[in-house]
Amino acid sequence: MTDYDAVIIGAGHNGLVCASYLAKAGKHVMVIDGRTEPGGCASNREFTPGFNVSDCAQWLSQFDQSIAKDLDLKGAGLSLGKAKATISLQPDADHLILDGDQVSGAGVDPVDQAAYRDFREMVRGFAKLMTTLYRSRPPKLVEQNWTDRFTLMKLGLKLKMLSRERLRDLMRVVMINIYDVMNEHFSHAALKSTIALDAVTGTNMGPRSPNTVYSYLHRATGEHLGQTGTTQVIGGMGALGKALATAAEKHGATLKLGTAVSAIDKTGDRVTGVTLASGETVSAKIVISSADPTTTFRDLLGYHQMEAGMAKRVEHYRSRSGTAKLHLALSALPTFTGLTEAQLSERLVITPSMDSMETALNPMKYRELSSRHIFDISIPTVEDPGLAPVGEHMLTAIVHYVPFAPDIGWEAGKPRLLNQLLEELEAYAPGIGALVKASELVVPSDFEASHGMTGGNWHHGELSIDQALMMRPFPGSTQYATAVDGLYLCGAGAHPGGGIQGLPGRNAAKEILKRGAL
Amino acid sequence: MSDVSRDTMLLTTPFHSRVEAMCDLNDWGNWMGYTTPNAYFDVELEYFALRSTTGVLDLSPMNKYRVTGPDAQRYLDRLITRDVSKIGVNRVGYAIWCDDNGQVMDDGTIFRLGEQDYRICSYQRADDWLAWNKLGFDVTIENESEAVVGLAVQGPTSCTVLTLLGCHDLNQLKPFGIAHYTFEGQPLMVSRTGFTGDLGYEVWIPPESAEALWDQLFEVGHDYLIKPIGSYALELARIEAGFLQANVDFMPAEEVVRVGRTRSPFELGLSWLVDFSKPLFNGRSALLKEQANGSRYRFAMLDVEGNKPAEHSFILKGDKQVGTVTSAAWCPTAKANIAYAQIEMPYGAAGDELVAEIYYQRELHWTRLLAPCKVIDAPIFKSPKRWQTPAPPH
Repeated sequence: MTDYDAVIIGAGHNGLVCASYLAKAGKHVMVIDGRTEPGGCASNREFTPGFNVSDCAQWLSQFDQSIAKDLDLKGAGLSLGKAKATISLQPDADHLILDGDQVSGAGVDPVDQAAYRDFREMVRGFAKLMTTLYRSRPPKLVEQNWTDRFTLMKLGLKLKMLSRERLRDLMRVVMINIYDVMNEHFSHAALKSTIALDAVTGTNMGPRSPNTVYSYLHRATGEHLGQTGTTQVIGGMGALGKALATAAEKHGATLKLGTAVSAIDKTGDRVTGVTLASGETVSAKIVISSADPTTTFRDLLGYHQMEAGMAKRVEHYRSRSGTAKLHLALSALPTFTGLTEAQLSERLVITPSMDSMETALNPMKYRELSSRHIFDISIPTVEDPGLAPVGEHMLTAIVHYVPFAPDIGWEAGKPRLLNQLLEELEAYAPGIGALVKASELVVPSDFEASHGMTGGNWHHGELSIDQALMMRPFPGSTQYATAVDGLYLCGAGAHPGGGIQGLPGRNAAKEILKRGAL
Repeated sequence: MSDVSRDTMLLTTPFHSRVEAMCDLNDWGNWMGYTTPNAYFDVELEYFALRSTTGVLDLSPMNKYRVTGPDAQRYLDRLITRDVSKIGVNRVGYAIWCDDNGQVMDDGTIFRLGEQDYRICSYQRADDWLAWNKLGFDVTIENESEAVVGLAVQGPTSCTVLTLLGCHDLNQLKPFGIAHYTFEGQPLMVSRTGFTGDLGYEVWIPPESAEALWDQLFEVGHDYLIKPIGSYALELARIEAGFLQANVDFMPAEEVVRVGRTRSPFELGLSWLVDFSKPLFNGRSALLKEQANGSRYRFAMLDVEGNKPAEHSFILKGDKQVGTVTSAAWCPTAKANIAYAQIEMPYGAAGDELVAEIYYQRELHWTRLLAPCKVIDAPIFKSPKRWQTPAPPH
């Protein structure tokens, strides 16, 4: 007799989604996480008294609607803000505004405006196509069975329904980089770089890096699945974590927070449970990990517990990041030149041109700090004042590109980088420095420590074609089952991958139930 | 011309000066990058030295890896398919290792030199694979290929010859046992192992003493008709004795580029080396699947009618082509025409009667021969001396 049908490692959004679906199917499930709050990357933290920051993800744009409905997250207390426009800040304060299919400002001409509409439509077509793949377990191309064949048939049908030109476009662009694709479609520099930002968020890639078209389509597919636009969660991202936890518990799952899993236990030739940092053990028919693949296999299971070829694949799995986060507690609402107060609630980005992005990337490659950065800014307190003390505000920004471990070390590097970032912000928001009551810089190595993400990579492994779809995380451990009996994956390291999306968790639960593993 | 030294593409072994002096035929081959003799003076006579007196083969091109450290045994247990704990200290075990797909990468011998001290002797270079296998284990791997050289000293008088060399009480050494001696101040290790199916030993020594060892061995062995033997004579002996050869009877999995050209232990008749009672070893889950679903091929030893070696032959069942020959020889001692074949399942079970399609040429005249053959269940050459302890006097 085991304690549970399934133990799920990690109470991140995917772990909780997986737990909910399994519990809903009547399975006896426990979710274990070392953090004291549920949600994983959908989490809040009081980084300075009174300021409740979304300390990892700051935007919600990709959370699958079918999951929100299946799990009744609204009933569990989830409330989203309004869809945001993206405002690309320009040095001359004539900002570029992207809202739905419309783009305006910054001298963007009618040709680019039309091209943007066309581009959006094309991407929606591709995203619709990808939805088929994303909502199914990834079909294997060899040793197919009927489920895989059915998925491929559906995909084939949808491919056929794309026009000949679109299909040709897709085949042509999917392996190239966003830099070239942007140059094909647009002439406006800031328009190109603003779109390109979505291809590199959370990664260590520049617009010219290979795979950036794939990562862009991944995000676009997420947006198609989410249908919410880019939004903020009222109460902070942690409110999503809480809603998911509430849903999981309502469906009958047990949550155990505050004690990390320290090892995955293997008895004989199969996984039989987990050992916690407290020394306690929990046995289960299967263990499902929503931790990233490197953490799961290298740190929790151990290379000595798997065949050597698999250990080699884990070791080769790439999970790097060049993404940091800046948290500022502000004594008042800052002023951004050329923006109204209401506009401060939108998504503000600083990404002057694609070349400037590449230039910003270069030092990171050599473990150096950059002298310019790309910002993706949220001032959540405009729409949701409760996150900060009355009258005060909070700014959070996703910042590219920051090395995992700079040669000068983070002790010397962090104050320097913080000053640098404030200086760069000052150019667009004069006087903001004087408003800063408290600040925090979260670098990739901090994310690795705080959220257990190897390399600080938000996607639990880089989103590149060779680590995607039927190859995610790597051959031999796809379709949510791993090469180790009794061990499954349900995190962003499994298909369809990263982002606050929930599909890896949902697909894993469905696959596990279908296999009769429980 | 100045005295520029000539670098050759093939290396020579530390025995080369002696080997070259005795290689009357000047017939050389390439053994994993080393210049080694195909034959010294006459293939048949060399072969008969192995079977009747003592034959000596330079084993130096074999790769040797020392595995030490607290996890040495656990490391090897994950690497190879058999149970390493069953190999005692100062014992040797024949072993194969597979990739994660359960396909054979190489075969070799595991020498246990101490509690957590092993030496792998392999045909293939294995540095990369052994290094990857270190992940998760506290072991040190040292490539000793050039630090230890070896001679195979095989045949009915081999024990006597080595005893004369100073290996006292060698006749007490059991098959697959290891004994340690000193030769001119250098450690000399003798293992009762070999590739000929008869009484025989392999001697291992640092390269500095190689030439002296060779000289003294041939001096004390002179009256016992010791002869150097080349690769061709060894090939005859190993086919007769039932030993597989990497790159001949199977392709090392790591070198294969075409789908389906690798073989599993089951497909090579080596299931006895696979121990599923171990919870983990490379290839285990794939091999369990194969065991449940069936293999693609069967390794078969064929006793072929007539005296034409069935080299490269197709094997037929009725009109259907069901396999191909990987090794074939007319075996002089057993007086049998033996072939190793890979046969598609379900054919090739012991006793199955098949036909070898043999092509041979005499004076530019090709003849096609359909030779009936029968699958035999054990090697044709069996020498009781191989297993006797004390080793029988000649």
